[in-house]
Amino acid sequence: MANSLFEEKLYSGEFLVTTEVGPPKGADISEMVHHIDLLKDKVDAINITDHQSSVMRFPSLGGCLLVKERGGEPILQVTCRDRNRLALQADLLLAYSRGITNVLCLTGDSVDVGDHKEAKPVFDSDSVQLLKIIRTMESGTDIAGNELKGAPKFCIGASVHPEADFIEPQLIKFDKKVAAGAQFFQTQGIFDLRSLRRFMQYASQFDVKILAGIIVLASAGMARYMNNNVPGIIVPQATIDELAGAEKDKRLQKGIEIAAGLIKTVKEENLCHGVHIMAVGNEGIVPDILEVAQLIGVRH
Amino acid sequence: MIVAEQKSLAEIRQMITPYQRVLILGCGTCMTVCNAGGEREVSFLHNALRLAESRSGNGIHTFSEYTVKRQCDYEFLDSLVDKIGDVDAILSLGCGIGVQAIAERLPDLPVLPGVNTSFMGMAEEWGVWDERCAACGDCILAETGGICPITRCTKGILNGPCAGTKNGKCEANKDMDCAWILIYKRLERLGQLDKMRRYYPLRNFRTIPRPRRVASKASIDVGEGNG
Repeated sequence: MANSLFEEKLYSGEFLVTTEVGPPKGADISEMVHHIDLLKDKVDAINITDHQSSVMRFPSLGGCLLVKERGGEPILQVTCRDRNRLALQADLLLAYSRGITNVLCLTGDSVDVGDHKEAKPVFDSDSVQLLKIIRTMESGTDIAGNELKGAPKFCIGASVHPEADFIEPQLIKFDKKVAAGAQFFQTQGIFDLRSLRRFMQYASQFDVKILAGIIVLASAGMARYMNNNVPGIIVPQATIDELAGAEKDKRLQKGIEIAAGLIKTVKEENLCHGVHIMAVGNEGIVPDILEVAQLIGVRH
Repeated sequence: MIVAEQKSLAEIRQMITPYQRVLILGCGTCMTVCNAGGEREVSFLHNALRLAESRSGNGIHTFSEYTVKRQCDYEFLDSLVDKIGDVDAILSLGCGIGVQAIAERLPDLPVLPGVNTSFMGMAEEWGVWDERCAACGDCILAETGGICPITRCTKGILNGPCAGTKNGKCEANKDMDCAWILIYKRLERLGQLDKMRRYYPLRNFRTIPRPRRVASKASIDVGEGNG
């Protein structure tokens, strides 16, 4: 039996669509709830980010609880930046007990890129070790070998960076994540499909599902800012020029077209098993992207 | 060696406020090599403090200076005893170990740190020092081509690079090399990439609970190949 609805879909052969919602900075969750309601029936699962870019926010676990409450399928993003092995395991137990059973295991951005630069970085584990921690807990013990009263079961994933400027070390890490038990991958943002094709030639030897990360750019300025400030993002100059060439009030529309175009090609060429749409602060436009990409329709 | 940076003059002046007669004490080992607290720096600091005193117009302090070979060793602190008869506090330009050795050796005399002890490292070029060892107590340099990911990766992770590396640099600091790119290139050169493909489990932080202690146990036991 599948550990989650998302896991069931993962092995159904369907083209998968996931997206993500960034929790608010503050206790006012109304906008997040609005985005969850807007997206929950249009995608296969919603990731809730974990202090993305190391900026302190409402927690990902709290966001996932809301997704459950609203009837959606959450993917809990867990980074190793802020929690040691005790806290990681505890949060996973809480997640499982509340029906949150999809987990994306990430190392986490450096504290230095965020808004609490003087915080103590934890990194007691890394993403590969986090995958192993989960598989250990599933076997019925904590990682110190003590028996768990009630073992959790999860569908676990990780990230990979097909457009890294030096790919070989990233592929070694990808292999290790597969060996550690990752079932699915949501890639870092893809802008040049040639790199995704190359990566899929490599990745197709493994029994894992790959969802191509699609970042929606709202302007050339945003693209440049992300290139300089957001770890792991490399927007090619051609994409920046395309956005810059659009009329001022049509730039977001251009960003939607670019994202939808990438999604359409990925699906038509059957390049990988689905897409993961990251609208980074523009969650409200995800339905428009799905419409332009002709992926609209109730998915549950 | 241990690398440190001298504290600002303002902070040092604030620290010595309650004490009239201050001995500025240098250290002839690491602090001399890293230009933070050797004989030369003691003399510079002495002059700077005197100048600041006379400029402020209400100087009550008097200073003396002295440098021992190594502050972190009781043996070298014995020579201090006849220097402190008319001293109210010692301003140590030794590392944090030196300051504490003095505090232990001279229980009745306040000792103040004149430097911020930074890390263990080496000179990259004249005047520039880089951290190389985090003293983690569980050395894995044999697995990583002699390049330490605990120290040189900002996240100290063991299973390869994160996705934040760009142009061979670290996401936390664009001037800093990504340790895992360096490790990959070195292992490739050595024909040892299989070491990077291996899974490294969670680190044992049990070596960390402080304070740590090491008792001499050189490999001279019979049966260890040395007997």
